[in-house]
Amino acid sequence: MLLRHTPKEIKQRKALTINPAKTCQPIGAMYAALGIHSCLPHSHGSQGCCAYHRSTLTRHYKEPVMAATSSFTEGASVFGGQANLVQAIDNIFTIYEPEVIAVHTTCLSETIGDDIPQIARKAEAEGKIPRGKYVIHVNTPSYVGTHVTGFSGMTKAMVDYFSKSNGKKLDQFNIIPGYVEPSDMEEIKRIAEVMGVRTVMFPDTSRVLNRPQTGKYDMFPKGGATVQALMSTGDSLATIALGRMASGAAARALDTKCKVPCEILDLPIGFKATDRFVDTLRKTAGINVPDSLSEERGQLMDIVTDMHQYFYGTKVALAGDPDQLISLTEFLVSIDMWPIHIVTGTVSKDFATRIREITKGVPHQVNVSTPGDMFLLHQWIKNDPVDLLIGNTYMKYIARDEDIPLVRFGFPILDRIGHSYFPTLGYRGGMRLLEKILDATLDRKDRDSPEESFELVM
Amino acid sequence: MGILKEQDISVGAELIDPHEVKQELLRKVPAKVARKRAKQIVVNEVHPSEDMPEIGANTRTIPGIITQRGCTYAGCKGVILGPTRDIVNITHGPIGCGFYSWLTRRNQTRTNGPEDENFMTYCFSTDMQEEDIVFGGEKKLRAAIQEAYDLFKPKAISIFATCPVGLIGDDVHAVAREMKEQLGINVFGFSCEGYKGVSQSAGHHIANNGIFTHVVGLNDKIKEGKYKINLLGEYNIGGDAFEIDRVLDECGITVVSTFSGNSTYDQFANAHMADLNTIMCHRSINYVAEMMETKYGIPWIKINFIGAEAAAKSLRKIAKYFEDPELIERVEAVIAREMPEVINVRDEVRKRCEGKVAMLFVGGSRAHHYQELFAEIGMKTISAGYEFAHRDDYEGRNVIPSLKVDADSRNIEELEVHPDPERFRPRKTAEEVERLQEKGFRFKDYDGMMREMLSGTLVIDDISQYETERLIEIYKPDIFCAGIKEKFAVQKKGIPMKQLHSYDSGGPYAGFKGAVNFYREIDRMVNSQIWKYLQAPWQESPELTAKYACD
Repeated sequence: MLLRHTPKEIKQRKALTINPAKTCQPIGAMYAALGIHSCLPHSHGSQGCCAYHRSTLTRHYKEPVMAATSSFTEGASVFGGQANLVQAIDNIFTIYEPEVIAVHTTCLSETIGDDIPQIARKAEAEGKIPRGKYVIHVNTPSYVGTHVTGFSGMTKAMVDYFSKSNGKKLDQFNIIPGYVEPSDMEEIKRIAEVMGVRTVMFPDTSRVLNRPQTGKYDMFPKGGATVQALMSTGDSLATIALGRMASGAAARALDTKCKVPCEILDLPIGFKATDRFVDTLRKTAGINVPDSLSEERGQLMDIVTDMHQYFYGTKVALAGDPDQLISLTEFLVSIDMWPIHIVTGTVSKDFATRIREITKGVPHQVNVSTPGDMFLLHQWIKNDPVDLLIGNTYMKYIARDEDIPLVRFGFPILDRIGHSYFPTLGYRGGMRLLEKILDATLDRKDRDSPEESFELVM
Repeated sequence: MGILKEQDISVGAELIDPHEVKQELLRKVPAKVARKRAKQIVVNEVHPSEDMPEIGANTRTIPGIITQRGCTYAGCKGVILGPTRDIVNITHGPIGCGFYSWLTRRNQTRTNGPEDENFMTYCFSTDMQEEDIVFGGEKKLRAAIQEAYDLFKPKAISIFATCPVGLIGDDVHAVAREMKEQLGINVFGFSCEGYKGVSQSAGHHIANNGIFTHVVGLNDKIKEGKYKINLLGEYNIGGDAFEIDRVLDECGITVVSTFSGNSTYDQFANAHMADLNTIMCHRSINYVAEMMETKYGIPWIKINFIGAEAAAKSLRKIAKYFEDPELIERVEAVIAREMPEVINVRDEVRKRCEGKVAMLFVGGSRAHHYQELFAEIGMKTISAGYEFAHRDDYEGRNVIPSLKVDADSRNIEELEVHPDPERFRPRKTAEEVERLQEKGFRFKDYDGMMREMLSGTLVIDDISQYETERLIEIYKPDIFCAGIKEKFAVQKKGIPMKQLHSYDSGGPYAGFKGAVNFYREIDRMVNSQIWKYLQAPWQESPELTAKYACD
């Protein structure tokens, strides 16, 4: 057994987190910054933070993840990291020539109290920031929030630094996609395009973290929201923010700063949440939904109705981030699956209430914890077993020990590919999710069924 | 490998002047940076009787340069203590540090059965929040240790300090002492805040000091075996230590402890009972060997199990140390048994790999050791460098007396070690040592990487992303070796990239079976057809299109 020391008996822990269902803010900020075109994320702290974030993002995406660090030593930790950051800005613009440096802080620089805007002004005064180039920042102390709030913070920083309003509205809508895969961002853009809606998406990591192999490497690939596009967001007709935790703050900031009205929706996972997204886009843009999209929805519903017997009553344990879990739980409940153990490491005010509401029709006790960890989730499973696990790669240890099939979903996925290419958002994403759920559960059924009831047709 | 000539460093028929390449690497960077980098980029010159050219190493990373390096915590918790399965390792800090070092290094461990302890699959953290930073985190740390004890009753708990811990003044050592007394098990802390030192290397040193102070020497059990050694600086990535253990076992050599691949707390506690310390990774662990020699009288030698010839050489060296004809004979028999399969595959692979070129930028010993394996299949290393090594790892240990101790190194405690009044036992008398040395046997020997590389090769310390890219464009190597952060940018350039930290889920590459695995892996990588298909038919070269147009 790989998690052989996890006891069935649950004792409350107040101080020790075991097997976290979250990580720290800066990595989320780094991921979001990669969604700006020609941007080099910069970690203001010890170089280990940057190395760890780059490694984790690289293992998840199997793509180059470039970022720089202020490389604090003991001296910088005592006297502040100003000299380090000014030098870093000079080096980055001279050697790597990005258009934007997106600085995020760390627990180290936050504990010291480095003032990033002040340091950036100093760099500018010293002529270290070339004309037409930008240094933006977000404060992401690792002892506050999680990777989700770090992502949210950097996304809001894009609004704070770039969004402008010149009073003349543009025929476009902002879409803030949430902490999702590049493939999901692509899918959301595609849906909007099919509906004939012009959009500006930010951050946009598609074609940055799922780029093609061409035999040529450009540090700054084609993808990402351009500075020009980011600036134009202040003149968009409206903002649609997907995922309250990851995208809400930026949408509200844009409303406050540039009077762009916003709709903050759940992530479009499953037909219900996707319906709300499509319908909101339809009403906001004043257009009709094309038949092709209704047909996609119909295909998803076809799988749901045809395969209902395999979904009905399947008990599921989930770990992940609040935005994903809310929509995913709703999707599972809507097809009569029973999500009964749900854990996120991210503290979210209304998370438990929303989950309770969504699962109130589930005829089984439902455990929810925010913040909780995977150790607790495993203990719940030992006490009340499930048929399926949905979560990141770390769940494979529980899956193996308890002999439960696992569908990989969320962050990080370190041991499989696909997530960066194939979406789980939208109707098509819903179809892919169901395919994965059916593959996992039916493969298990095939493996475990007695010879006489081994089925050819399912 | 031996010394080859400068003209060997060529791409196709074109000779490349390494001095020009060095200038090219420095051309674009700000002047101040160029001055510093110039010391860390060295054109190798090998004259057998003379010192090596001096290289800048173990100096501060330049901010903004895009470095490969990680931090002190990573070196301490991630590298040295991470592979020990029965210690509960609690990260005291915000959640990230514990999360990122959770199972990501591929150091394999094999328990002795279902009842055996293994905490390596767990991540333990105090998950410090803002109030802990403001009001101090010692209370939470104490409570976390208590909760870990109540849940798991481990034989030892260790605590790793992260950046903010040092700044807010939490005393992990005081908490450790207190909880040790209270719980009656060994509890010890490491001040391995990420900002200490200039790289992971500081963390290795801190870890070594901690293990030596708190664990080594606690268990005097005499392990059975005639020839007892410790294997230091072997982390069992991809099962390397398993293969080394297999070979040593066949030779009748007993491994008392491995630091720290597949290791246990009791192995460390018992390490002082070995009769010889053998060092694989000189950079990360030579401290422990030095201290054990002073305190317990155990001599150390450098060995290397990466490369079949190197493995054979290392086995012979160990046998020679014990001066027992029976062991010498048995080692020869094992080598004779293992080598035919190795030679068989090597010769087959060599036909396809001969003359191809490699670059290695990784770690503190791997960039050196893996050159052996490439050489065995006829491949040349034209440029190499370490991520976090010191000058002695490049130029050889003879430079140690002349190394300047800078402010960053001074922050890392140097333990004052004295012979243990009860346990100090010189394994060899002065006469025996002298006799062995007269026969050419070398103790505490490490000549470094540069002496074994060709003249005219480029040796680059703490290589940056920019330098990596330029180097690849200039030399167009057949394979590039580094870590996960570098991997996909290199491959996007159309060059196969082999990770030498994690082995890309491969391995083992140590020992005889490991050599065979590596030959086959490199053969797969440098001779694959897949790289030919990157362009679609309609993306053909303009010249070809023009030719067809003429036709």
